[in-house]
Amino acid sequence: MSEEVTLFKTWSSAFALRVVWALQLKGIRYESVLEDISNKSDLLLRYNPVHKKVPVLLHSGRPISESLVILEYLDETWKQVPLLPRDPFARATARFWAKFGDEKVMPSMRTALMSEGKEQEAALAEASEHLQKLEEELKGKKFFGGDSIGYLDIALGWLANLNRVFEEMCSFKVVDGERFPLLFAWLEEFSDAPVIKDCWPPHDKLVPKFIALRQAHHATSSSST
Amino acid sequence: MAKDGDVKLIGAWPSPFVMRPRIALNLKGVEYEFLEEKFGAKSDLLLRSNPVHKKIPVLLHADRPVCESLVIVQYVDDAWPSSGPSILPSDPYDRATARFWAAYIDEKWFPSMTGIAKAQGEEAKKAALDQVAEGLSLLEDAFGKISKGKPFFGGDTVGFLDIALGCLLGWLRVTEKMNGVKLLDEAKVPGLAKWAERFCADDAVKGVMPETDKLAEFAKLIMAKFKAAPSPQ
Repeated sequence: MSEEVTLFKTWSSAFALRVVWALQLKGIRYESVLEDISNKSDLLLRYNPVHKKVPVLLHSGRPISESLVILEYLDETWKQVPLLPRDPFARATARFWAKFGDEKVMPSMRTALMSEGKEQEAALAEASEHLQKLEEELKGKKFFGGDSIGYLDIALGWLANLNRVFEEMCSFKVVDGERFPLLFAWLEEFSDAPVIKDCWPPHDKLVPKFIALRQAHHATSSSST
Repeated sequence: MAKDGDVKLIGAWPSPFVMRPRIALNLKGVEYEFLEEKFGAKSDLLLRSNPVHKKIPVLLHADRPVCESLVIVQYVDDAWPSSGPSILPSDPYDRATARFWAAYIDEKWFPSMTGIAKAQGEEAKKAALDQVAEGLSLLEDAFGKISKGKPFFGGDTVGFLDIALGCLLGWLRVTEKMNGVKLLDEAKVPGLAKWAERFCADDAVKGVMPETDKLAEFAKLIMAKFKAAPSPQ
C-alpha cells in the first residue's frame, strides 16, 4: 500500500501553509498539488466534497481536510518533532488558543485590512483586544510552544505575514513593538526560524493579491461610513 | 499524569455545549460537582475562569480551567486515559474523521439550525430548513461510513462524534416542534433517526439530556428576551 503523502494547496493559502510547515518540520516527504481556486481540480472536489477547499492532505490514498485536523493527524502519525505538548492541560490550552486565533483574531484582522475609516478603526480596536490576550499568553516564553515551535505557533503563524502585508498596504503595523512587545518579538523569531522562513509565499505576489481583494471588497460592499 | 484533583463543571442544563463534557465525564466515571449558572447573570467564578469568552461550559480540574466544549471533551479523554472507554477513536485517521465532522457540526450545521429562528419570512425560513436538512443528509452518509454497522459513530460505545452531534438533538427537536417540521425524518435519515434514539437512551446521556418540552419552554423564554437562538460555544 502506498504511503505517499500529497498536499493540495494554493500558493497563498495561510491554512495550507500550516500543513507545509508541519510537514517540513517533521521532515515528511510529500508531493504538492497547486490548486487554482477559480478552477478547482476534480480531485480536490472529490477529496473534499463538503468544503471544496484547500488544504487537503492525502495519505495512503485517504483524504483529510481542515488544517488544524491535519496538524493533529500529522502529529499522531509521525512522532518525530512533536507539535502538541504531552501534558493534557497544555494540549487543551494550545487547542483553545488555536481556535481563538481562527475565530476571533483572524476575522478581526481581515476586516481591518479590508476596510477603512470608522469600520477599520472598530476592527482594529477589536483586533487589539484579541491580540492583547495572545500577548499575555506569551509571557515567559519564546514561542507559544515554549522553547521550540509547536502546534500553536504554526496555528498563529499567519499573523506574521499579515502584519507585514498590513504594514505595506496601510503604512502601519497592527502588532507593533510598543503595544505588543512579546507578540512582536515572537513574530520576528517565528518568521526567521529555520524551515518556517523558507515557506512564506512570495511577498511581492501576496501584497498585490490583498490590494486586489481590498478593492473588490470596496466595490461590492454597500456605502460605507 | 493527571492528578485526581477536584473536578467541577460550570454550566447550565439547557446548554447543548455543557452537555458534551458531562457525557464525557460520565463515560469516564469521573465524579464532578455541577455548578449551575443562573440565567441572565454570570457568576464571578465563570468570569474568572473564562475571561476570554465568559461562556459555559468551563471545566475546573484541580482549579485549572479548561474552556470550549470539544476541547474539554478531548481533555477528559487525555486526562483519564485508563478509565472507561476511549472517547476518541484509537486510529489517527478515524480521529481525523471524527474531528473533521465535529468541526463541520459546530461551524456549519449548528449555525444553520440557529439560522431557522433568525429567518424572516416564509421563503427564508424554508431555505433555512432546507439547509439543515441537507446537512443532516451529509451526516447520514457520514454515519453509514463511520459506524460501519455499529450502533454509534464511535463504534460500540458513545464517542467523540456521537457527543458532538448528539448534544444538539434536544435543540433540534425544539426546532422541529416550533416550526412544525420533521428534520430527523426516519424516511430521509433512517440511520441517524435510530442512532438518535440509542444515543439518548445511553446511560452516560439520559441523565443530562433535557426533555424537549422543558427545553421548548426555555426557548420561548429566551426568544422573547433576545429574538434570536443561542449563539454556539
